[in-house]
Amino acid sequence: MSLEISRAFVDAIAEQSRAEYPDECCGVILGPAGSDKALRHKPMLNAAHSPTFYEFDPKDLLALYREVDDNDEEIVVIYHSHTETEAYPSRTDIAYAGEPGAHYVLVSTRKEIAPAIEFRSYRIIDGVVTEEPVSITD
Amino acid sequence: MSIEVRIPTILRPYTKDQKTVEAEGSTLSAVISDLDAKYAGLGERLLENGALRRFINVYVNDEDVRFLGGLEAAIKDGDSITVLPAVAGG
Repeated sequence: MSLEISRAFVDAIAEQSRAEYPDECCGVILGPAGSDKALRHKPMLNAAHSPTFYEFDPKDLLALYREVDDNDEEIVVIYHSHTETEAYPSRTDIAYAGEPGAHYVLVSTRKEIAPAIEFRSYRIIDGVVTEEPVSITD
Repeated sequence: MSIEVRIPTILRPYTKDQKTVEAEGSTLSAVISDLDAKYAGLGERLLENGALRRFINVYVNDEDVRFLGGLEAAIKDGDSITVLPAVAGG
């Protein structure tokens, strides 16, 4: 298992994380159903507007799933930022993780490592977190 | 009386991998009871201590059920219910 993602998406997610700091930012990358290919980036609103929590607005969530269905796509990546802690899933992240097929990407923008960011990917299935390699393509 | 219920990937192991199932009931609570009778264990994944789980979003047609009375939301023939996992975390 691994995540292959283009440099442009990594940069865009880093940029979004910085722009929405100190709040956590979030979003998805979609791809054709069954492909596991991260091809279409869709930043989402953090309806919680919080430095320690993120949540897709329930209306946005329904619209997203409708769009994914209509386009015969799947959610390949679900990402969010941690602003003060490392890019590892929190207990809350694990409790909420509801997409067994998705790559859960965590980005850390904590100041100790600025201006660099940390970008890591995980599978979270039945409460079990497994980190996977990230391969960034140009 | 038949209600279409869309099941998210994470709960499809309970519905033999079916994406859409049929249920009956005049309230959301009754529909969930009917679902649990047909697909054992599904009810527990939707409810906790008699309330909808925080991690699950339920929509009747396109409306979030939290704005329709929650478990007491009225359901009528032909309605479509969508269950989605919340996308959230810390």
